[in-house]
Amino acid sequence: MALSASKLKVGDVHTAQIVDDLKRTQIVQYAGASGDYNPLHTDEVFTTKVAGYPSVFAHGMLTMGMTGKMLTDYVGDARLTKYGVRFTSQVWPGDTLEATATVKELKDGLVEFDVETKNQNGVVVLSGYAEARVDP
Amino acid sequence: MAVKEFPIEASHILMFARSVGDDNKVYSDADYAKGTEAGAIIAPPTFAQSSAQFDPDYFLRPKVGQPWFGSGKNPTGAAPRGGGGGGGGGGGLHAEQHFEYHRHLKPGDVLTATTHPGKTWEKEGKRSGKLVFSESVTEYRDQHGELVITARGVGVRTERPVDQKTEA
Repeated sequence: MALSASKLKVGDVHTAQIVDDLKRTQIVQYAGASGDYNPLHTDEVFTTKVAGYPSVFAHGMLTMGMTGKMLTDYVGDARLTKYGVRFTSQVWPGDTLEATATVKELKDGLVEFDVETKNQNGVVVLSGYAEARVDP
Repeated sequence: MAVKEFPIEASHILMFARSVGDDNKVYSDADYAKGTEAGAIIAPPTFAQSSAQFDPDYFLRPKVGQPWFGSGKNPTGAAPRGGGGGGGGGGGLHAEQHFEYHRHLKPGDVLTATTHPGKTWEKEGKRSGKLVFSESVTEYRDQHGELVITARGVGVRTERPVDQKTEA
């Protein structure tokens, strides 16, 4: 299931839907598993009345984690060597996200990707890179 | 953040994988994982972030006997503390996260994490006023002292909540 460099070329694109209609409960699940209990993500009263946002929103790290599934499904288990992102827009309950990896460079048994995740309106919510070991 | 002992446990990996919507059995089924390239259950790529569970001082977790800034009887229970995380008004948000994997984590590993502050910089933002960015670098080492993951995070504090109307 691992990728082979001989079958890849610069510009190849892999896309996957990583969440459909994000539920508040999934955000709660992420808070519990990660240990980040910031009320901005789970406490609608605090977030709307005190923090001034229209609703709770996802942890950036939840979006990075879901985008990570797209990457590991594509490159194979235990193959990632680097993964880094910027959070460019907030992700809200109800959002549907699609994540894309585009081959940027192939060298020395490694493949480098541009990584991007967009919401249902085409807004980029996460932008970054990844690097993985590939077979020859 | 300093974490003296971050035990990597199968049940924690299972819960973390579920929370990011990842049903790959390499994160939950030891027999299946044995037959994969990983050779054993491994942790998903962003799992190291959950070391927060083992940081005694992590400020985004309610603690016994201490005020908590989330809602209860009132919309907020206390004034938020400073730091890279959240809070009332235009509090802190996570701007960037980077991981470098020297190897992947597996149940049985016991990590330590040491964090040192990196650069700080400012920027004028259209949607949230003045932005103050601060970087931190965390080194995760295993029970043999080997570096397993290097993580770099960037937090941003905004002058006011991010304006939603001007979003694309």
